[in-house]
Amino acid sequence: MSYLAKPKLHHPSLQPNALGYTRRDYEGAMSTMCAGCGHDSISAAIIQACYELDIPPHRVAKLSGIGCSSKTPDYFLGNSHGFNSVHGRMPSVLTGASLANRDLIYLGVSGDGDSASIGLGQFAHAMRRGVTMVYIVENNGVYGLTKGQFSATADAGSRSKAGGINEDSAIDLAALALQMGATFVGRGFSGDKEQLVPLLRAAFSHGGTAFIDVISPCVTFNNHSGSTKSYDYVREHNAALNRIDFIVGRNEITTEYAPGSLVEVPQHDGSILRLRKLHDSYSPTDRIAAISHIAERRALGEIVTGLLYVDDQPRTIHDHLGTVKVPLNQLGESALCPDNAALTGINASLR
Amino acid sequence: MKPTDIRNPDYFHKVVDCQWACPAHTPVPEYIRLIAAGRYDDAYMINWESNVFPGILGRTCDRPCEPACRRGRVEEQPVAICRLKRVAADYKGAIGERLPKTPGKKNGKRVACIGGGPASLTVARDLLPLGYSVTVVDGARQGGGMIRSQIPKFRLPEAVIDEEVGYILGMGVETRFGVWVNSLKEILVEGYDAVFVGTGAPRGREANLPGRQEAAAHIHIGIDWLASVAFGHVTKISKRVIVLGGGNTAMDCCRSSKRLGGEDVRVVVRSGFDEMKASPWEKEDAMHEGIPIHNFLVPKEFTHDKGCLTGVLFEKVRAEVDAKGRRNLVPTGEPDVHMECDEVLVAIGQENAFPWIERDLGLQFDDLGMPVLNQATLQSTLPRVFFGGDSALGPKNIITAVAQAHDAAISIDKFCRSEDLLQRPAPHVKVLSQKMGIHEWSYDNGITMDLRHRVPTQEIKKALSSIKTEFELGFDPQLALAEAQRCFNCDVQTVFADKACIECDGCVDICPVDCITFTADGEERELRGRLTAPALNASQDLYVSGLLKTGRIMVKDEDVCLHCGMCAERCPTGAWDMQKILINVAHAGQG
Repeated sequence: MSYLAKPKLHHPSLQPNALGYTRRDYEGAMSTMCAGCGHDSISAAIIQACYELDIPPHRVAKLSGIGCSSKTPDYFLGNSHGFNSVHGRMPSVLTGASLANRDLIYLGVSGDGDSASIGLGQFAHAMRRGVTMVYIVENNGVYGLTKGQFSATADAGSRSKAGGINEDSAIDLAALALQMGATFVGRGFSGDKEQLVPLLRAAFSHGGTAFIDVISPCVTFNNHSGSTKSYDYVREHNAALNRIDFIVGRNEITTEYAPGSLVEVPQHDGSILRLRKLHDSYSPTDRIAAISHIAERRALGEIVTGLLYVDDQPRTIHDHLGTVKVPLNQLGESALCPDNAALTGINASLR
Repeated sequence: MKPTDIRNPDYFHKVVDCQWACPAHTPVPEYIRLIAAGRYDDAYMINWESNVFPGILGRTCDRPCEPACRRGRVEEQPVAICRLKRVAADYKGAIGERLPKTPGKKNGKRVACIGGGPASLTVARDLLPLGYSVTVVDGARQGGGMIRSQIPKFRLPEAVIDEEVGYILGMGVETRFGVWVNSLKEILVEGYDAVFVGTGAPRGREANLPGRQEAAAHIHIGIDWLASVAFGHVTKISKRVIVLGGGNTAMDCCRSSKRLGGEDVRVVVRSGFDEMKASPWEKEDAMHEGIPIHNFLVPKEFTHDKGCLTGVLFEKVRAEVDAKGRRNLVPTGEPDVHMECDEVLVAIGQENAFPWIERDLGLQFDDLGMPVLNQATLQSTLPRVFFGGDSALGPKNIITAVAQAHDAAISIDKFCRSEDLLQRPAPHVKVLSQKMGIHEWSYDNGITMDLRHRVPTQEIKKALSSIKTEFELGFDPQLALAEAQRCFNCDVQTVFADKACIECDGCVDICPVDCITFTADGEERELRGRLTAPALNASQDLYVSGLLKTGRIMVKDEDVCLHCGMCAERCPTGAWDMQKILINVAHAGQG
């Protein structure tokens, strides 16, 4: 961390995007994370993705719970809406916000403690309800704020910095998200932005419940030889499934690839995800195959990363509930407070 | 690419653009920090050791450091380095005790310096503390050379010259002032172990046009006229004055004219405004004083009425680029322009002149009449004669003269010790980590957004009322502090340790100017194109690490690094460190 603010001066070649904003305009306050924290790299990836997608910062709402990861929304998108909620309760607060104003882009930022321990129930229900959001878990396998106890995502058999061995089995949030019905599930690594930034762009364009588990080494408590979430371990055991080329519109120059190595997935907003497959037999549109592939690889000690699953026709909470398309803050008093006749009508329909 | 060899002092020296660009390699950021700390004496002494004339140069330097300044590449204007130098000179206390002492016991070697200007005085200063007996010979009655004779007093007060020339003369120079040297042979006969020629470029170029002879009484050569003004022989000028030429001498001539009674003073230049040789700030100052600059006019004739000058006739031209890419001035075909005037100052260039050096001494001259010198040692073909300053490699400026004189002094010292002149002493390098705590540094790494501060100037009416009223007032301490804070401290270097790096990307993410990349190795040209931000400034090096754990390399483009230390603050393993690399080029006797 630094005490000083990042200098405003920038590289002379810094380019504005279609909205006229440079990447620097998507930054936030100065980070207070430990130096070298993976979370800072994730923040940088979010900044990069939002800049590349020409997202208007004021149309984004960042919500988080409690923990190191949940502090980070302060450190990116400084001109967006933000809400730092109760521990583990980000999904329900975000769900409420999304119901009230479906026009905003919702970004939920959480950690392994916030989502896999105290908020596990909230996490599962947000996934199964189809809340329209990008849900990022910054997963380091430890409780960093309380000095490095194992979290629920720590692998059984891994060692803490203090020397203890974790006997409990780990929760794989990506596998859980798949089981719960999330329509976009990916896994990234904070130390590989070439993979993470396109993954985030794809998630932002998904339009349904997009979950990304990002392994993010805790340099202070979990970056040692006994850890399975250290920079070295993740790099050695990373089994990347695919690389995403993100394409806006159809008419793009196509590059030559070996037959069968490309999968194109059209997104609901008209953009296309092109996946360069790194693993031949893997299909990212088959939920059941994804679940078993992750389990198989996990048994071999590999960490599967990349786009694990995507449903190109996601159904969302708004489809399920038939919510009104207009944000509540734009509805007039008569629409928000229907008269007595409307109430009578509803009551009558229920008799 | 090959990993960067940071043990080569030139690598980090080049990153300190200002110091690298300074002919004398003055450690600029070091003295700017001292000014910010209010340690004016220390700042002055750093300057004095490098460039010998801080007070003089702080007012008159051509400042090659400023166009090189890194700040100018990320913001509109460079740091006002030159005027900060003046601050050190203005606010210092008595520094006499800190000047090097001349040893009581001489080493028995005698050196003669011909000319009393900046080059000769620098040689004297470098050699006296080593025990040499140095004699400086000059036709003028005081030391200083062109500093005293050509630079108008409203830019450089006499007291500043007296002080800084005095420091050197006070070290025990034997002076022979008021003695015009007419023969090198006569000097050599005196048996000096070495002779240094620092006679400058004393001859102003002539404008041989029709009417020049007839109207001679009203046409003056710029540098001669400036000397007459400097020594008080000329105290006024006619109302209508035309200055021919577009260099700094022309600017001094026109501004002096304006102070000596000239009302309609104008500068007329052959070339376009942007191509003029004068420094941009000197042009600005002239125009600020109400002096118009007319461009693309080539003088054809001095018009006169029976020897009484009536004006100058000009041909209108325009610039045209020929097939070889050279700019040529071609007539536009428009009617000639006649400008009326009462006096003309010709400031169209300076030349070297060596009529006093006999051609049968074994000292060779080239086709252009310049002495044949070894460029590295400045030794002439007559082994014990050395050159420096304008007389060596043609007219440049004071700071170049000082730098060459340092080099010549090294050569003279080695020559007198019968050592190999080509073995030049290596620079002195001091490396010091600036780390004080987790995010504390022993330099101020905050980057100010202040734009360049203007130097306060004398109110224009008062400035024009006297040739001796100094126009620039200099920064006050508050302004100096604010301007000093604009310096990026480029000598505090980002030093990378491959082995400690865990490739967490922390430095890449925090760098405000996107200069760090972790990527696959490649050829430099190709690599420059695929960095976090393209490295388009080929004059700036890439700092390349060895192979890292993931098989990638770290590449840092030095071009616009702010030296803010954010990379080192974000580094969890100390792979980045901010280290001050203080480089002092060696002078005579410091090998």
